[in-house]
Amino acid sequence: MSASTKNVRARRSARTIVWLQGLAGLVGFAALLEIVPRTGLVSPLYLPPFSTIVVALFKEIMTAEFWTALSDTLEAWAIGLVISVIAGTVIGIAIGSSNALRTVTHSTIEFLRPIPSVALIPLAVLLFGSQIQSTLILVIYASFWQVLIQVLYGVQDVDPVARETARSYGLGAWAQIRYVVWPTTLPYLMTGIRLAAAVALILAITSEVAIDTQGLGKEISDTESGGAVAIMYAYVIVAGIIGVIVNLGARALERRVLAWHPSVRLDLAEAGG
Amino acid sequence: MIAMPTRPLRRAAVTLALPVALVATWWFTSAGSQNFYFPSLQSILQTFGKLWFSANALHDVVPSLLRLSVGYIAAALLGIAIGIPVGASRNLRNLLEPVLEFLRAIPPPVLIPVLILFAGLGNEMKALVIVLGCIWPVLLNTVAGVRSLDEVLAEVVRSYRIGAFARLWHFVLPGASPQIFTGLRQSLSIGIILMVVSEMYAASDGIGFALVQYQRSFAIPEMWSGIILLGIIGIVLSLIFRAIEAWLLGWYHGLRQSQRAA
Repeated sequence: MSASTKNVRARRSARTIVWLQGLAGLVGFAALLEIVPRTGLVSPLYLPPFSTIVVALFKEIMTAEFWTALSDTLEAWAIGLVISVIAGTVIGIAIGSSNALRTVTHSTIEFLRPIPSVALIPLAVLLFGSQIQSTLILVIYASFWQVLIQVLYGVQDVDPVARETARSYGLGAWAQIRYVVWPTTLPYLMTGIRLAAAVALILAITSEVAIDTQGLGKEISDTESGGAVAIMYAYVIVAGIIGVIVNLGARALERRVLAWHPSVRLDLAEAGG
Repeated sequence: MIAMPTRPLRRAAVTLALPVALVATWWFTSAGSQNFYFPSLQSILQTFGKLWFSANALHDVVPSLLRLSVGYIAAALLGIAIGIPVGASRNLRNLLEPVLEFLRAIPPPVLIPVLILFAGLGNEMKALVIVLGCIWPVLLNTVAGVRSLDEVLAEVVRSYRIGAFARLWHFVLPGASPQIFTGLRQSLSIGIILMVVSEMYAASDGIGFALVQYQRSFAIPEMWSGIILLGIIGIVLSLIFRAIEAWLLGWYHGLRQSQRAA
């Protein structure tokens, strides 16, 4: 018993050290951002000292514009992500379940997927101007493929013996999807959602920077052209923090949903890539 | 991967059937279209020929692709060069990982306004935006790849006292290369986004610039032909990427396949 508690304690203190090292790295990075402009290595006009940025950030948090911009970005991100996850899952399972459909659509999917979604920007502007629909077009086009491809991989990975067994026992189409296809596909789907969540955020911000739809990206380009440099950096930091939260959240969701799955139980990283 | 029909003629038919059907549908439903925003495919293709097989191509396409290739290659080299020492040292990794994860999480397009401050509106800014946007996936995947190198092999390399350069070339780089390519693939799509958006935001040439000009002056067939051109560039770049990957990682995919079969 004492051996195992010692083990647990050792592991815990090792984790604390890793955590402290990471914290030291972050503090060092902040210090660098403070020192470089103060010593004049980079002009403070272009990069204000870190403390100035933090003060600007706190002032900005008190304003209503900040929260509107933040919620606009998150709204477009969430709506776009949900639509692409649902569409990608349904279409992926439908295509993946039929050999004929999969062979026929293969070339088209491989052809459409690498088309950069930013190519659609002018069309979106013409149709919707700088409304949220423009952002949604870009976000959905970019993240839909991430989900679809992973779901297709997943459906293909279904154990043929399990499939045959289900068929022999007379499971209906719906029951086969629910009890055979779905559990195999789920880890792939979660990978797809994780990738799509990050891509959706990039495209939401892209649309705000490029076509002035409301949100954090628009605040950043507005503050740059208005010369409010410290506030601009404050928004860049906020965008980064949102990005970190999205990444960590997607990973946590993945671990939670797949807690039963061997790949998570054995803590094997990265299913499917 | 997918059980394709074996005879080449049938295979070609299956591959081409749906794309041909889709293009034909577009062609016929848009024929004689009076809708201002959705002109006929025929007029789009005619404009495409006129627009991109002329001096325009030199003026707009070449600068875009040059900026993309310079920025992307620089990001790839830097990412790998920094990623290897970080991945090899546990302390360095623990120290830098949170900072790197934060920098990677910043959506790259916000770098465009930031870099305009530093580098103005010129080529340097656009290439720098691409470098700074593309470096993180490569760097972090290199770190992960170096970290997950086979430990037994590492011990063997150490006990045989294999020199640093040979170790890097014959052990570290090949061992980490599947992960490095995952990062490079993510970076490529980010690079294309940044190429287009930085030109839309501030430029006097480039595909993104041309696209915005056409859209603002309501030159709709020109705009559509630009969209198609960008799509083709995306597809061609991903084909080139895949060819390079197949060439450099052929051994790895072969290994995976034989492992799966066993």
